[in-house]
Amino acid sequence: MTSTTEVYKAQELLYELKIGDVMIRRVITVEPGTRMRDFKNLMRDNRISGTPVVEDGKLAGIVSIEDLIRALEQRDMDAPVSQFMTTQLHTVDEHDSVGRALKKFAQTRVGRLPVVDEQGGLVGIITPDDVTRGVLKALQNAYHEEEVRRYRASHIFEDIASDKTSLVLRYNVPLRDFDQAGRASSQLKQTLNRLGIHPRIVRRVAIVSYEAEMNIVIHSTTGGTLVGEVTPTAISLLAVDQGPGIPDIKLAQQPGFSTAPDWIREMGFGAGMGLANIKSVADDMHVTSLVGEGTKLTAVIYLNPSEGKAE
Amino acid sequence: MKLSEIVRKLDLNVQAGEDALDIEVTGGYAADLLSCAMAGARRGNLWVTLQGHLNVIAIATLDELAGVIVSESKPVAHDALAKAQEEHLPILTTSMTTFEVAGRLWEIGIRV
Repeated sequence: MTSTTEVYKAQELLYELKIGDVMIRRVITVEPGTRMRDFKNLMRDNRISGTPVVEDGKLAGIVSIEDLIRALEQRDMDAPVSQFMTTQLHTVDEHDSVGRALKKFAQTRVGRLPVVDEQGGLVGIITPDDVTRGVLKALQNAYHEEEVRRYRASHIFEDIASDKTSLVLRYNVPLRDFDQAGRASSQLKQTLNRLGIHPRIVRRVAIVSYEAEMNIVIHSTTGGTLVGEVTPTAISLLAVDQGPGIPDIKLAQQPGFSTAPDWIREMGFGAGMGLANIKSVADDMHVTSLVGEGTKLTAVIYLNPSEGKAE
Repeated sequence: MKLSEIVRKLDLNVQAGEDALDIEVTGGYAADLLSCAMAGARRGNLWVTLQGHLNVIAIATLDELAGVIVSESKPVAHDALAKAQEEHLPILTTSMTTFEVAGRLWEIGIRV
């Protein structure tokens, strides 16, 4: 894994990981009437530096070590925490990403954020430490999964002796058969998953194959063939049909350009994004076409992340 | 949040895949253009669309989506429902517009 993909992965995790995944659920709380003295003992016994103040299940405030220092200075340790607690509260939702929590920590400079549900009930608490721990754990898991996958994928070909070994998967794509449309792509995807190819690679292949398959379903004159070739270093896709051919390939690759008839557009196809989508996810794409003879599309996606696109 | 909870909160009608509502929803996506959904929706997302034909099921299973919400009470084709049932893909319908559905989902904490 290169350092840039690691950074990329960590950033992605900040949005994938939810606050509910990393927050502390068993929160130590006090009531507004708890004396500051008892709050101090609670902090000492539990080695915490602050706690939410809860009244009838609802969050009423937050009291921390700074508040305790004020109480000590004022020699008012028998006062209730309600007298010293902060009531201007910044809270987060457990369904929000941890990235959002980090943003809030930076904006508010508080050391802990209470996590509340829609009714304002306290469901947990989160500190920057919890975020760090959660991200590190998730990164470790992701790294381990990645290792296992790469091991499996790289060993498919190990015991086969040849100068060049590849696995060829061939699918027939019938014309205008919208009931079968997507079958080739979903079977190809299933196969790649079984081979242990990384899900991010599989996703990119699926986008390419689905768009190529739909192009044959919608635009060809007699249907066509979709061929996936898996080698130890790359997956290439070949989509071939026997006509009608594309008169202007450059124009056909422009996002939004489409020749699909209205009834096909009404189904949500023919947005003119097919070739543009393929081009954006494939590491390499090439289209050749002869009017009256047919179209051939090849696309390559490298298995080694340092050669390919991040997504 | 589990899909079953979303179904309850938004009062959605379950048309297929009721055995697969226990899935965790990772986010949402809204579009009626299939190419956009194919490229834009992520695994575990809930897709809101007006389209109710068989190819929606193909995209949703290829993208491993949590489910599809068909808005504005648009009819879902019988073959599409049968296929969704087979694929354990929840198909949910509502009279709300796509805009309303997206707003409600956002409100209860479903993000991109």
